Amino acid sequence: MIVEVGAFAAVLALMLSLAQGVLGLFGAKRESRADAAKATAQAAAALSVLAFGCLVWAFAVSDFSVSTVAANSHTDKPFVYKIAGTWGNHEGSMLLWCLVSAMFGAIMASVRGAQSLGLWSRALAVQGFVTAGAFIYTLLLSNPFARLDPAPMQGAGLNPLLQDPALAAHPPMLYLGYVGMSVPFSLALAALLEGKADQAWARALRPWTLAAWTCLTLGIALGSYWAYYELGWGGWWFWDPVENASFMPWLIACALVHSAIVTERRGSLATWTILLSILGFGMALLGTFLVRSGVLTSVHAFAVDPQRGIAVLVLLAVALGIGFTLYAWRAPKLAQPSGFAAVSRESMLVWNNYGLAVATGIVLIGTLYPLLVEALGGGLISVGPPFFNMTVAPILAALFLLLPFGPMMTWRVGDFGGAAKRLAPAIVLGLITLIATLTLTQGRGWPALGLSIGVWLVAGGLIYLWNRIQRGEGNTLRKLAVLPLAVWSMSAAHLGAGVLTIGAVAETGFRTEQAFALKPGEGVVFAGRQVTLLEVGDVDGPNYAATRANFRVDGLRDAQVVSAERRFYPTSPMPTTEVGILPSWDGDLYIALGEEIRGGDGAWTVRFYHNPLVQLIFLGALMMGVGGVLSLISIARRPRT
Amino acid sequence: MSIAAILVAAVAPALLADPRQEARALELDREIRCVQCQNEPIAQSTADIAGDMRVLVRERIAAGDSDAEIRAFFRERYGDFVLFRPPLDGRTLVLWVTPALLLGGGLLAVLSSRRRKGESGAALGPEESER
Repeated sequence: MIVEVGAFAAVLALMLSLAQGVLGLFGAKRESRADAAKATAQAAAALSVLAFGCLVWAFAVSDFSVSTVAANSHTDKPFVYKIAGTWGNHEGSMLLWCLVSAMFGAIMASVRGAQSLGLWSRALAVQGFVTAGAFIYTLLLSNPFARLDPAPMQGAGLNPLLQDPALAAHPPMLYLGYVGMSVPFSLALAALLEGKADQAWARALRPWTLAAWTCLTLGIALGSYWAYYELGWGGWWFWDPVENASFMPWLIACALVHSAIVTERRGSLATWTILLSILGFGMALLGTFLVRSGVLTSVHAFAVDPQRGIAVLVLLAVALGIGFTLYAWRAPKLAQPSGFAAVSRESMLVWNNYGLAVATGIVLIGTLYPLLVEALGGGLISVGPPFFNMTVAPILAALFLLLPFGPMMTWRVGDFGGAAKRLAPAIVLGLITLIATLTLTQGRGWPALGLSIGVWLVAGGLIYLWNRIQRGEGNTLRKLAVLPLAVWSMSAAHLGAGVLTIGAVAETGFRTEQAFALKPGEGVVFAGRQVTLLEVGDVDGPNYAATRANFRVDGLRDAQVVSAERRFYPTSPMPTTEVGILPSWDGDLYIALGEEIRGGDGAWTVRFYHNPLVQLIFLGALMMGVGGVLSLISIARRPRT
Repeated sequence: MSIAAILVAAVAPALLADPRQEARALELDREIRCVQCQNEPIAQSTADIAGDMRVLVRERIAAGDSDAEIRAFFRERYGDFVLFRPPLDGRTLVLWVTPALLLGGGLLAVLSSRRRKGESGAALGPEESER
């Protein structure tokens, strides 16, 4: 019964979203109709919450008469993963997509701010149609409320890899980011319909782009962290198609966060900001398509259905088709306000956008190219990390070389020489890092260059922060207190980029790994540590059986014991690895337990990895996320004008 | 050689004595795709065939092959699919040229839009250059 209530609520939410779209379009000229669109948006959100709540309930009580629950849950599963299982599968995650879209619509409806009636109402209209499109897709092609008759006695279980706290939080975070990009899309289309993209428009746009970017940053970081400790090969980024599918919207969102600042502060770049808003949502839909269609072989291909993929592709074509048509028709008529000098805050942000946009294009072609070749009958090819590292990394490096100059520039006309003079200590530190690394590693050019860029980013970011603090009056405490939150937020994000770069380069350039065959009691020396296998035994988890190996590590500090596991879930044919990770100041010792060697007298294969400074990768991503949150707070506290 | 020793060799292939050669082997391990797995290089995969392929890489290095010769060797055996670094040929020309086109095209777009603005925009007043 409750499941039917959910299905009914979802259908009603779909109808209301359509009404919101139509009313919003007609509301551009009549306040009363716009208010009706507002009310429908709020009602659609409430009904979406109800629908999603009903599905959560079905997972919580393991109602196996619901087909998605039967296919993805199990009575033995810990309760929290039963709940998380709601969005750990295709149908539930699509309903989450609808829910987030409807909620954002309700927030747009409730917080009008300084938007004109036309802009506000039309943005609500577009958002309504987006929500409706998502609901149509969900209810027709992946109905989460479909029943099974007869109902099975037991569910098939969740993919055991997904039974993990980081992965319980990863999809909702990513979806908040993906769907968050629908709001800039709605605002961009509204601005085109309105024929006006002014500073007030950019002011409405910015918090949404920031929120989407922040959620994407944290969502990708969670996924990467999960891959690092769960997949058991010590990697954190593999340019996997599905990783790229989230990286492309992230890159566009990052560009948009920066270009929207220019539009808000100076009124420039408005058409470009609109184009990015359309592209960003396109990338988010493409990401959904790549993940959900299974067209690309990937470790994520656990929800494979070409028909659904084609439907997402149709939605993508409709959204981009309408978006680009409107853009081509109306964008040239938008007013182009004041210019800026070749060296200025604006021009630095233009170069930022140039780099990020080119990087997005390269990731796009690299990700889709194997598909294109296969579709044209050219057979199977692979495009992997060597291609992306060779093409995207230099662009990011060039961007990072310019980055510390950006905040030092003034609007309209900047002073490059003056900025360089103030940044001189950071330049010197970067060069010292370069020379020292080259010397210590006997000429490893790429890691040396990468590390020096990371140091340059961190040092440059700190110099900027120091300069801004010195601008205040009074003692240091007073100066810190009056420093605008916006400065803290930008510094956190930019310093985070530097910290992440140092970690990523150190890990990629200097990681070591080795496989050993060890019997209990035997030890080896690895990465300056004495590692001894103590014992291997069986342990039981709530819904799995595990083989656990304990290791003693002597070396950097007092002896420590770390354990690694292989887990066997009765619902899954493949065992999963739970690696043992022992962090210390120079990075992680990372241990993955292999199999017992047949006829090997009780010897086990184990793989040891030393991942230098790997924690900095996740710390850097977290700092970027904190920067985004601080920026949102600073916008929210800003006096409304 | 006992069976156990062979099996150990499969997961822990004899490292090449020369550390520079071993570093080369590790680099190659990272760009050769395991033919059995979803989307993993042989450096990461725990599948048996990946172990065999890692041994093969070291055999070729020990035999004095260059990196290009080893890539060609694997390509001939398993097809282009095995290389994460797609070789430059007629099929992949567009892939390899696109980054340069994007860089160049983007640069032209930025510069031409700046020129348009420069023509229409008035000279900057001194008060406007203040933040």
